[in-house]
Amino acid sequence: MLSKKQLFTKGILAVAPHMFSVIPFGIVCGAIGIELGFSPILVYAMSIIIFGGASQIVFLQLLSGGASALIAVTSVGVINSRHLLYGAVLSEYLEKLSFIKKLLISYLVVDQGFAESNKFFQKNKNETHLHYHLLGSGGTLWVCWQISTLAGIILGSFVPAELGLKFAVPLTFIAIVVQDIKKLDHVIVMITCGLSSLLFFEAPFKSYIIISPIIALFVAALVLRLKK
Amino acid sequence: MTWFTIIIAGIITYCMRMTMVALVDRDLLGEKVKAVLAYVPSAVFPAIIFPGIFINDYGTFIEMNDPKIFGAIIAILVGYFSRNVIATIISGLFSYWIIIFLL
Repeated sequence: MLSKKQLFTKGILAVAPHMFSVIPFGIVCGAIGIELGFSPILVYAMSIIIFGGASQIVFLQLLSGGASALIAVTSVGVINSRHLLYGAVLSEYLEKLSFIKKLLISYLVVDQGFAESNKFFQKNKNETHLHYHLLGSGGTLWVCWQISTLAGIILGSFVPAELGLKFAVPLTFIAIVVQDIKKLDHVIVMITCGLSSLLFFEAPFKSYIIISPIIALFVAALVLRLKK
Repeated sequence: MTWFTIIIAGIITYCMRMTMVALVDRDLLGEKVKAVLAYVPSAVFPAIIFPGIFINDYGTFIEMNDPKIFGAIIAILVGYFSRNVIATIISGLFSYWIIIFLL
């Protein structure tokens, strides 16, 4: 049985390698906000209030492009709706927590933290204080996101666009799923999702980001049925 | 006005994070649903990976000889064999940079 501190540390260490992607992306995110002409305080406040990289960029791009507030808010909601799926997966491991703790820990659930903590949870179902792993992973991502978006706001145009730092984002997610490419069922689900995302890329409000997972999960259900 | 919009966007995002964890009783989900949920990472992350590689900043498809495709292939190979997240990210970025800056 691991102590709370050990679990917390394991959570930190599990997401630490993803900083090679999170920090460049955070810098890009802060820099884009300034470049689009928004005030530094406003750009930074989004990192606390929304705390979701891609959706922050889309939000500012829409508003600066003259889109209505309703469209900007809807897009953020659609992009971040994938967290409903993360929550559904994590709820199994968090169900013993008090309601207040559930409300608090939810704020820290983001992509990489979900992915790494979920991997740990699957292998260590019997630990009592599992949520400390999620606190470690989510907390680390939160702190790094704050620092790196702030750095982007300050550095702004010093970050050369030619570097293509945004490319670090797909790479970090490749690192998360790459071990599953040896399982045929997962490969089928991944390819379904990936191709759907390209097919529906033009769908309104960036909805490809939730449409393609839903299609892929339907395919997953079919695959499960065939396996039996 | 922008501030108000950000706060609404933040509340909505938080609700997405919180709903399934705090408000929905897990017992409501049947065994079949739980089995399907095991595929969530494989069903969600490619929707971030594929557009991040194949679609450029202007929302159009890249050419098939784009350096991002090469970088992604290197990252997949390095990631698969090394099982190391840092090696995956760095190898992908560097192979991408080598092509755009040196070749």
